[in-house]
Amino acid sequence: MIEFIINKLLIGFLIIIASITTLYCMIHMVPGDPIKVLLGPRATLEMQEALSIKLGLNDPLFIQIINFIKNIFRGDLGADILTQRPVLTILLEQTPHTILLVVVSIFWAILLGIPIGCYNAIYQGSLSDKLSGIITISFIAIPPFVVALYSLLIFAVALKWLPAIGVGESGDLSSKISHLILPSFAVGLGWVGYLARLVRSSMLEVLKENHVRTARAYGISERKIILHYVLRIAILPTITLLGTGIGILFSSSVFAEIVFSRPGIGKLIYESVINRNYPVVMGAVLVTSTLFVITTTLSDIVNAILDPRIINK
Amino acid sequence: MNSIKKIIYNIIKEPLGLIGLILVFSIIILSIGADLFAPFEPSKINIRDKLQNPSILHILGTDQLGRDLFSRVLYGGRIALKVALISIFISMLIGMIIGILAAIGKKWLDNFFLFIFDTIRSFPTIMFALAIVTLFGPSLETIILIVILTQSPIYARIVRTQTLMIINSEYIQAEKIMGINFIRLMIIHIIPNVIGPLFILASMDIPFVIAIEAGLSFLGMGVRPPIPSWGSILNDGYSFIDNSPWPLIAGGLPLIITTIGFTFLGERLRDLIDPKLKKNINL
Repeated sequence: MIEFIINKLLIGFLIIIASITTLYCMIHMVPGDPIKVLLGPRATLEMQEALSIKLGLNDPLFIQIINFIKNIFRGDLGADILTQRPVLTILLEQTPHTILLVVVSIFWAILLGIPIGCYNAIYQGSLSDKLSGIITISFIAIPPFVVALYSLLIFAVALKWLPAIGVGESGDLSSKISHLILPSFAVGLGWVGYLARLVRSSMLEVLKENHVRTARAYGISERKIILHYVLRIAILPTITLLGTGIGILFSSSVFAEIVFSRPGIGKLIYESVINRNYPVVMGAVLVTSTLFVITTTLSDIVNAILDPRIINK
Repeated sequence: MNSIKKIIYNIIKEPLGLIGLILVFSIIILSIGADLFAPFEPSKINIRDKLQNPSILHILGTDQLGRDLFSRVLYGGRIALKVALISIFISMLIGMIIGILAAIGKKWLDNFFLFIFDTIRSFPTIMFALAIVTLFGPSLETIILIVILTQSPIYARIVRTQTLMIINSEYIQAEKIMGINFIRLMIIHIIPNVIGPLFILASMDIPFVIAIEAGLSFLGMGVRPPIPSWGSILNDGYSFIDNSPWPLIAGGLPLIITTIGFTFLGERLRDLIDPKLKKNINL
């Protein structure tokens, strides 16, 4: 077990390093020059030269990458090219907004998706099962940013029920919650579909197994069989899905943050890519790929604890 | 002829397949025949009639430059389908080559490919896309490149698993003992068996690719104006959301219809041909 966990952590670490390196190389192939963006068009050549020495941009690419990774371990991610604020501070400011959005979205999706899937599996083939089958596939199919735009149009602009932009005033809980409703609706809707369908299909499979038949023969109440013997096994693939789905969640939160003008990692990356603000892009990508690796590793480990047969595969 | 009838009958037997087929069919017809159906030039500016509500003349209204939204939607459909078909086809080809190489090659090659696949997957698609767009500039070709880079590793993984399964099966072992040559093994046994499931799964990615194109164009990082794209119509609508809801509605509606149509049809096809497909390839 410990060996399995260490192995997973090691691979995760390697993936983070590899993705930083890839991104670093990619950024340095981009035509736009961060020095010129920073100093403006009227800067002299000497000024540009001095700054690029200060930022270490004259070193060979390989050395730059090594230095960058070394600095990460010291907690130094460089400074924002435009405002000179430390990237770490910016990230610490923005990341909680995104994490809150993602967690709230996935939370309501779980609360709705798993019971729907469960109900449909129990009443397989009924009208409600067929109908919600069609509805859940539609939830998956519709791109999240279209959901975001339409819900903005309907609930904020036309009906004026909910605020359109921002995160709400700090300290005012009800304002924060009302600003969170529409973005988390847009990010979570597809997940209601994913979860409902996944739980339904894996429950149908477990319902056919021998231990369920045996439990029925013993006269255990149907309610207990479902909750205790079926759902517990059927929930396993869901954990894997949640672990690997964090990338999709981040992608849709980028759009939600842009559409609703919410601060967060996604909007940060979008804006800094446009401004060629490389240190910020690097830092933000570092955060997202780290979060991705953490969640996939966690879901692997949770799965291994719930079903130890996985370790030997 | 009879077998085609039978397939279509089986597809439309379930409401899912019927809805999907109708939607997909009408989208394809409308986009291909955009020249015939569009009442106006898609990029003809007419400021006097800007931001109009739907009328008999302008079925979906007009945008901030007075361009007819219905015509723009039809021509936007062409772009969406073009991007989806070209990029998925190329991704399938590349995925197949790399997947087979990973399966039949040396162990270190296999591990190397797996590692690359996982690294690419660890970027959220949209961030990966943003990085590529800054590199090559926004254009139709860049979108196709992005799709190829994100999808072909997924297909390669599927092909790899399928190929491994076939190579380790007993009849291939028997063939090997009888001295089958490599090219024959590939052409007769592996490629035909791999291509079917890959084709179904890839066709189910069409809505996803259409969403990437529209999403990037919405962010102003996709197809360049004046080429009409559903995403850029949405972008216009978002900017003028306080003036008129119609550009936003006109840009989103075809996206919803298309993604739902292709997804329904894909689901139905998969259920018909191989209900267990998803499960086999998830490993």
